[in-house]
Amino acid sequence: MMEKSRRRFLKIAGISALGLGAKPVLDVFASSEEDVVVEAPVQEGAPHVTETEAHHAATEPRIMRSPNAKVAPQWAMVIDTRKIQSHSDVEPMIEACHKIHNVPHMPDKKHEIKWIWETEFKHAFPNLASEYMAKRVEHLGLPVLCNHCENPPCVRVCPTKATFKNSQGIVMMDYHRCIGCRFCMAACPYGARSFNFFDPKPHIEEENKKFPTRMRGVVEKCNFCAERLAVGQKPACVEASNGIMAFGNLHDPNSEVREIIHSNYTIRRKQNLGTRPAVYYII
Amino acid sequence: MPNKGQKLYDKDKVIAGLVIFVILATFPFWFNLGKAASAPELELTEKAKAAEKCVRDTQYMRDEHMQLLDEWRDTVVRDAKRIYVNERNVGYDMSLSNTCLDCHSNKAEFCDRCHDYTSVNPYCWDCHIDNPKEAK
Amino acid sequence: MLELAIKGSKKYYGWLAVVLGVIGAGFVTYLWQYFAGLGITGLSRDVSWGFYIAQLTFLVGVAAAAVMVVLPYYLHDYKAFGRITILAEFLAIPSVLMCLLFVLVDLGQPMRMLNVIFYPSPNSVLFWDMIVLNGYLLLNLLIGWNVLEAERQGIHYPNWVKPLIYISIPWAVSIHTVTAFLYAGLPGRGFWLTAIMAPRFLSSAFAAGPSLLILLCLLIRRISNFDPGREQIQSLAKIVTYAIILNVFFFLCEVFTVFYSQIPEHMDHFKYLFVGFNGHGALIPWMWTAMGLMLFAILMLVIPSVRRNEATLAIACIAIFIGTWIDKGLGLISAGFIPNPLHEVTEYIPTVPEIIITLGVYGIGALVLTLLYKMAISIKEDASA
Ligand code: SF4
Ligand code: SF4
Ligand code: SF4
Repeated sequence: MMEKSRRRFLKIAGISALGLGAKPVLDVFASSEEDVVVEAPVQEGAPHVTETEAHHAATEPRIMRSPNAKVAPQWAMVIDTRKIQSHSDVEPMIEACHKIHNVPHMPDKKHEIKWIWETEFKHAFPNLASEYMAKRVEHLGLPVLCNHCENPPCVRVCPTKATFKNSQGIVMMDYHRCIGCRFCMAACPYGARSFNFFDPKPHIEEENKKFPTRMRGVVEKCNFCAERLAVGQKPACVEASNGIMAFGNLHDPNSEVREIIHSNYTIRRKQNLGTRPAVYYII
Repeated sequence: MPNKGQKLYDKDKVIAGLVIFVILATFPFWFNLGKAASAPELELTEKAKAAEKCVRDTQYMRDEHMQLLDEWRDTVVRDAKRIYVNERNVGYDMSLSNTCLDCHSNKAEFCDRCHDYTSVNPYCWDCHIDNPKEAK
Repeated sequence: MLELAIKGSKKYYGWLAVVLGVIGAGFVTYLWQYFAGLGITGLSRDVSWGFYIAQLTFLVGVAAAAVMVVLPYYLHDYKAFGRITILAEFLAIPSVLMCLLFVLVDLGQPMRMLNVIFYPSPNSVLFWDMIVLNGYLLLNLLIGWNVLEAERQGIHYPNWVKPLIYISIPWAVSIHTVTAFLYAGLPGRGFWLTAIMAPRFLSSAFAAGPSLLILLCLLIRRISNFDPGREQIQSLAKIVTYAIILNVFFFLCEVFTVFYSQIPEHMDHFKYLFVGFNGHGALIPWMWTAMGLMLFAILMLVIPSVRRNEATLAIACIAIFIGTWIDKGLGLISAGFIPNPLHEVTEYIPTVPEIIITLGVYGIGALVLTLLYKMAISIKEDASA
């Protein structure tokens, strides 16, 4: 890889000013303020380039993050189930996610593919459910999704690193690499993963052409909307949740999620297994 | 599995087997001998013409677009970095569907012709939807 | 030496034709699965491993027959087994080969299989399983072939084979242990999350593998001029007896822990298998049959006169083979997924195409076994003639 060494600061203004005649530079550059400073990794040993030099010097191609990208060492989500009244509060989150990610509707329930879905307390938290419990909670539909565990067993077992934890704490799937052994499905204690038993394409109602589909024979799951975070947006389900979900940096004590976690009693699914899920629930 | 100090048994059979193996292994090469067709013409869309410059220069793109795309897909998926800044300091969103095919929206005349000619069959299109914007 | 494998009687060719037919049917069905997807099997989102992986689990055990013969012969200098070490090693080869094929047919993207090597991931037990299985296959090929070649020429096998033989002994233990670790290390799958998994694998392996070997020895005696020997068969029978008793004992230990502790995550899977869970219980008759067969076999084998009688011994061996097959090849894998992590039940029943593909893989195993045994026996017949 051409970068990945010393990190330096580079003025984005310098880059965008050079976009002469070529295909439009990304929107992110056009819209960014003159003085946005991006952290961009540059070749090892490259001479320190000042702003003016950056305008003229032809440099080695390099790879960087969008200046708008949201970054965090560990993303986390808090779901305030107290705000859920009925099925119609959860439906839009599922809808939003499955639509933009081209999640198919497989006709046979056995081959179902789901990134986020609704389930009762006793299924989401089988070890916490009691015979007698709060009426409101008992049959309430809770949204469940991949927990992007801090200590994910699915990553541990994958024989190809096709599922891995990225620098943002997101447990990602590399669909180019997955061999479809389904070890990760056996390892995930939350049933968060789905396998493409057939070609999913014919079962996608309305393709979102901006996002890829999957092919048969690979495992898929929620990606915490990595593609949206990369351009500075929040996850789709969070946006559609009407305030039920909050999203943020778990390691930043001042982040919104930490704030909520500090001021409310939260639980996580199957905490006793040591997977350290990053999705918190307020019941 | 004869080993050191022992005679090689069935020498003839071994040699015959080897010959058959070599013929089979090279089958694709000699089978296509003499079938050379003329190299295809690639068509550029108006948009691609107007842009004049691709992500890298034409020769590089022709020779190494697969390596470039391979690197792109790895960095996007695995390193969570999605911007490619080329040697002219121009940044691009590393996306086959949203960047490459935005200009080259005529996949059939641009991508497929050459791929068919060289009989390569990349499975990119299995997932990356080939026409993000309707081609006119 | 290979030419010995392709010279034979009409019956021999007839058998080969049958086996090839089964392989052909399996192959065609596999092509269907390859192009359509694993959806043609009974697998589901909840039960994501099934028949194929279960056969892998079972056959890893069969491969163990080798070590139960090799170990007494080489480590304890038990001379009698010298006559049949080659049979044991040549049983291990097709068994391990079938294991690898079952992994292959289970993959969603088999063309990318080599990613396991391109992106080696030592934290994955599957990565290690690939290594130990391939290694064991290679070891047995090298050892078996060289020892047999030497026997054919009436000389001692080359010295470099000896260390390989010693390595193959712990290696055989590793293939079970690592395969058991595939399951035993997963959080949230209470059925498998038990330290006794590997010992149970070993004990059932040392029962199933040698039982099959006994049956094969009896068969060889009938259809060829080579007699593997009465003493050899009796020694194997003793090994089988101890192993099957241990196997049932380990199982009962597990049952005690699970039911006395009353922890639902561990108990529900056993309930599903033996009495039904939430009204589901497709495997109940099978599991009780397996238990019955194993207990029946123990009763037979502990009585010396029954064990010494080769006809009744054969019946006991068949009972053990079927019993352990149901236990591992049917119950062990799917029950781990039922109920699923959200405590819902999706049952699993293999489909017809799935069974045909499975038979096809067994066909390949039978073919390789036949060819190898044909070679070995021809040489043995010559040597004793
Ligand atoms: S929820 Fe499951 S799939 Fe998601 S990170 Fe945790 S173990 Fe992996
Ligand atoms: S199915 Fe894919 S992601 Fe899951 S363990 Fe296997 S290779 Fe890894
Ligand atoms: S975070 Fe994104 S991918 Fe995950 S469930 Fe929400 S919308 Fe879907």
